Amino acid sequence: MTFLSYLVSGLSLGSVYAIIALGYTMVYGIAKMLNFAHGDVIMVGAYVCFTAATRWHLPTLVGVLLSMVVCTALGVVIERLAYKPLRSAPSLAVLITAIGVSYFLQNTALLVWGSNYKVFTSIVGDGSVKLFGGRLSIPVIAIVTVVACVIIMIALTWFTGSTKMGKAMRACSEDKGAAQLMGINVDLTISVTFAIGSALAAVAGVLLCSAYSTMTPTMGSMPGIKAFTAAVFGGIGSIPGAMLGGILLGIIEIFGKGYVSTQLSDAIVFAVLIIVLLVKPAGLLGKPTNEKV
Amino acid sequence: MKKISGTTRTNLLTYGAVTAAFVILQLLAGGGHISSSLRGQLVPICAYVVMAVSLNLTVGVLGELSLGHAGFMSIGAFSGVVACLGLENLIPAAPLRLAVAMVIGAVCAGVAGLLIGIPVLRLKGDYLAIVTLAFGEIIKNIINCLYVGLDDRGLHVSFLTNSGDLHLAPGGRVVIDGPMGISGVAPISTFTAGFVLILVTLFVVLNLIHSRAGRAIMALRDNRIAAESIGIPVTKYKLMAFAVSSALAGAAGTLYAMNFSTVIAGKFSFNTSILILVFVVLGGLGNMWGSIVAATVLTILPEALRQFDDYRMLTYAIVLILVMLATNNPAFKGLLLRLRNKLLPSGAKKRKGGRADGIS
Amino acid sequence: MKKMMSILLALALSLGLLAGCGGGNGTPPQSGGDSSGGEEAAPKAAAFKLGGTGPLTGGAAVYGTAAKNGAQIAVDEINALGGIQFELRYEDDEHDAEKAVNAYNKLKDWGMQLSLGSVTSTPAVATSVKNFEDRIFALTPSASAIAVVEGKDNVFQMCFTDPNQGSASAQYIFDKGLGTKIGIIYKNDDVYSKGIYNTFVSKAGELGLDIVSTTTFTEDSKTDFSVQLTDAKNKGADLIFLPIYNEPASLIFQQARTMGYSPLYFGVDGMDGILTLENFDTSLAEGVMLLTPFNADATDERTTSFVQKYKELYSETPNQFAADGYDCVYAYKEALEAAGCTPDMSAADLCQKLMGAFTTLSFDGLTGDGMTWGATGEVTKSPKGMVIKDGVYAGMD
Repeated sequence: MTFLSYLVSGLSLGSVYAIIALGYTMVYGIAKMLNFAHGDVIMVGAYVCFTAATRWHLPTLVGVLLSMVVCTALGVVIERLAYKPLRSAPSLAVLITAIGVSYFLQNTALLVWGSNYKVFTSIVGDGSVKLFGGRLSIPVIAIVTVVACVIIMIALTWFTGSTKMGKAMRACSEDKGAAQLMGINVDLTISVTFAIGSALAAVAGVLLCSAYSTMTPTMGSMPGIKAFTAAVFGGIGSIPGAMLGGILLGIIEIFGKGYVSTQLSDAIVFAVLIIVLLVKPAGLLGKPTNEKV
Repeated sequence: MKKISGTTRTNLLTYGAVTAAFVILQLLAGGGHISSSLRGQLVPICAYVVMAVSLNLTVGVLGELSLGHAGFMSIGAFSGVVACLGLENLIPAAPLRLAVAMVIGAVCAGVAGLLIGIPVLRLKGDYLAIVTLAFGEIIKNIINCLYVGLDDRGLHVSFLTNSGDLHLAPGGRVVIDGPMGISGVAPISTFTAGFVLILVTLFVVLNLIHSRAGRAIMALRDNRIAAESIGIPVTKYKLMAFAVSSALAGAAGTLYAMNFSTVIAGKFSFNTSILILVFVVLGGLGNMWGSIVAATVLTILPEALRQFDDYRMLTYAIVLILVMLATNNPAFKGLLLRLRNKLLPSGAKKRKGGRADGIS
Repeated sequence: MKKMMSILLALALSLGLLAGCGGGNGTPPQSGGDSSGGEEAAPKAAAFKLGGTGPLTGGAAVYGTAAKNGAQIAVDEINALGGIQFELRYEDDEHDAEKAVNAYNKLKDWGMQLSLGSVTSTPAVATSVKNFEDRIFALTPSASAIAVVEGKDNVFQMCFTDPNQGSASAQYIFDKGLGTKIGIIYKNDDVYSKGIYNTFVSKAGELGLDIVSTTTFTEDSKTDFSVQLTDAKNKGADLIFLPIYNEPASLIFQQARTMGYSPLYFGVDGMDGILTLENFDTSLAEGVMLLTPFNADATDERTTSFVQKYKELYSETPNQFAADGYDCVYAYKEALEAAGCTPDMSAADLCQKLMGAFTTLSFDGLTGDGMTWGATGEVTKSPKGMVIKDGVYAGMD
């Protein structure tokens, strides 16, 4: 029974990582950049939803939609102002700019919302489903998170596989120059990618805070790094990979705590990551690339 | 003078400039013309300069992105402090003790770099980056669970338990107390020690770059397959650069730790690694001189921004973004180029020719 | 090519910086940064320069900001009285030893005569060494690690030391017979939490308390507590000791409820402020016991007036850090008056006088009555046992 309840916790934590990782992997796949500010967009999403719900007393759904709109706009603006001018610059320059954006968002949030902790009210309440005569309890939010994660993954797979814009994204991801020659508007495609990634970040922020309720301006950075790890774990650029990586990471983290040591759980997560990457250098579902001579 | 090659001249110029900066600062400090604020930052600046130069060896010269450089600094810091305390009676002279501790810190970090490098350097690009990040976090996590004590019977080490389990003899002291790290150590790092370490670091790195090995390392960076095809042993040279880089970071860690009376493992986190990476990228990949300047400026900058109060870190973020945008903006670069040609009409071309470590 | 540009740019930047700093550097005592430039003409000699460092940005900003705001209220109140005048300046240390030393040096350049040390423990260990070397008296509001005051005759604390809290908690639980099987969840990479845990365990060992489950978490994994709670539940813990801050504690309460596990909780002063977390469901904390020196819901006149002012100015409810900051300034006022100090005295002279004054002082503040200090710098005050009943703190006798 302990095993099952650990598994439930792991799935729940893992699906939050997975949704964040999906945003990471989308942006990486198309724009070929590590968007370290992604975690902070999550934070903004959570704060917007919080403000809408508790200060303006808007219905939950409106709050979630509002936070998606704000994050989408934020993502597009960040891309236009900070990343677009660097499209031809070395990837490390973009990485540092992304870190600058991350500091910027954290410190803006600190000024806007203050340093005090806020407590997010779960969008589905804190009820739970009891099984086996109450010996196993599954929080409703865990079920919602897992379902949301699966839906998002399926929707993204369909979107990139079947729509015109999705195909344009895949083309950009293969070769930007060639895509442009084929009449694809690369700038627009990248903007749309950022918009989708940031909207996902808003959803992730709301779900993250529904499951783990406290909020601070720096709350996005650790889940961001874990999600980045998850995305690489599953094979960065791959949508099912990000989902698999996120969920595995969550489960390993919980099992590491439960069966080895609570003090070493982070070390265990990273050690498993290293071993996996040594065996499969492109991640679990990543495409191995052939080197051209 | 004619016989001195361009490379040697650039190197001498670098040493000279660093020495000149040191002498000027020492003179100013001696005359009491430096605020305590700046004086307090001199040793950390030295440590960060060494960190930046050593990371530049991995990122700029070897061409592999490392996000875990602070981990090696951490190993150097903790092993260096333990060595320093252990040798307290054996070597009473503080400068010598610090030097020995730095060597020990460097050796420990270098060995760790070698051990980590063997599996890790097989990976490429972002996968390598994430694995170095992972190792940095693992090092932090392990040191958080590490307890080391010292008494007249020698060193006692215990893991995952408590400082009470060290079973120290009376009079013994706990050196590393898990997450509480090291506290209550008398700081012995000096600006002079930092300066010497910078010179040693530059000497090692510049000589490595301009040696046969250095050219092989750069060949690997520019085109691994071509380099391999002409018989350059990939693993050997990669490991060489990575281990040297980690060893120097270890020495910097000792210098840093011995400047404060307390040091905790949490300090050497992912954020510190990123901070040092920012120095390297801003200073220019492969450009040691740039790393020195960027590390100095970016360490002083947040302090110089203190007058902005609540907006301090926000301003820092904006400056960082604007600098990255400006340095990569063609129009701005053209402007600077014209400016430079006007100011340095003759020297510019020659100096560019002498820059053997350049990539463009 | 690009590198050349970036060097030039960096050089230009650094030159600008040096030029910017240059003006102030030559004459340290008056430099004080540009922010105080406007007051240059004001009768400066009449005010004591009081400086402190604390995390005003980053993850620990909540503590530094609170201490700073609390101290500012006290300074404004005292200055309005017309007697002793203070000039307060807080610098950001980002909860980092290196930055704290930088901030401390900045304050020294400003001409700080009295120090409020640092707000959090790790930076405070580094700055207290500087206080000791420079002979600038320090009274830290909330840095509770023993290493902060150890071996430094001029560094004093306003809060309990960690060991003090740990053993007091164990004693309290034992005396009242609150629990038979005790579980502990503490934060492994935090000086404060680990310090209390250590002494709690050794005291509990002496008293024969039965600790059945001990689990930890870290800064990087402070979201999911299901494993820790499952462990405590499986081992039948009926009381969980939480030597941690209120943010993770609120998550623990929530996740325990979801699991259907309801032990007694016992916290320390870091738990304080849990009821005033914005939007916190106070029913989660029903029955939680804690040892804390300050209670924002107390009804005495001083506390209510302080809480009201704080809410007006900063639109938040003050926590214990704010009260500690407030008390520090008042304690300084009383000690300075007792020792007959004047603002024109040097920091070293003040230090000498205050070391005498503080050890003979008996101070009544928001965080306790009749506080006294030993020569070691540790404060003696009695923690109040509180229990949360119907969403408010109630005294636990």
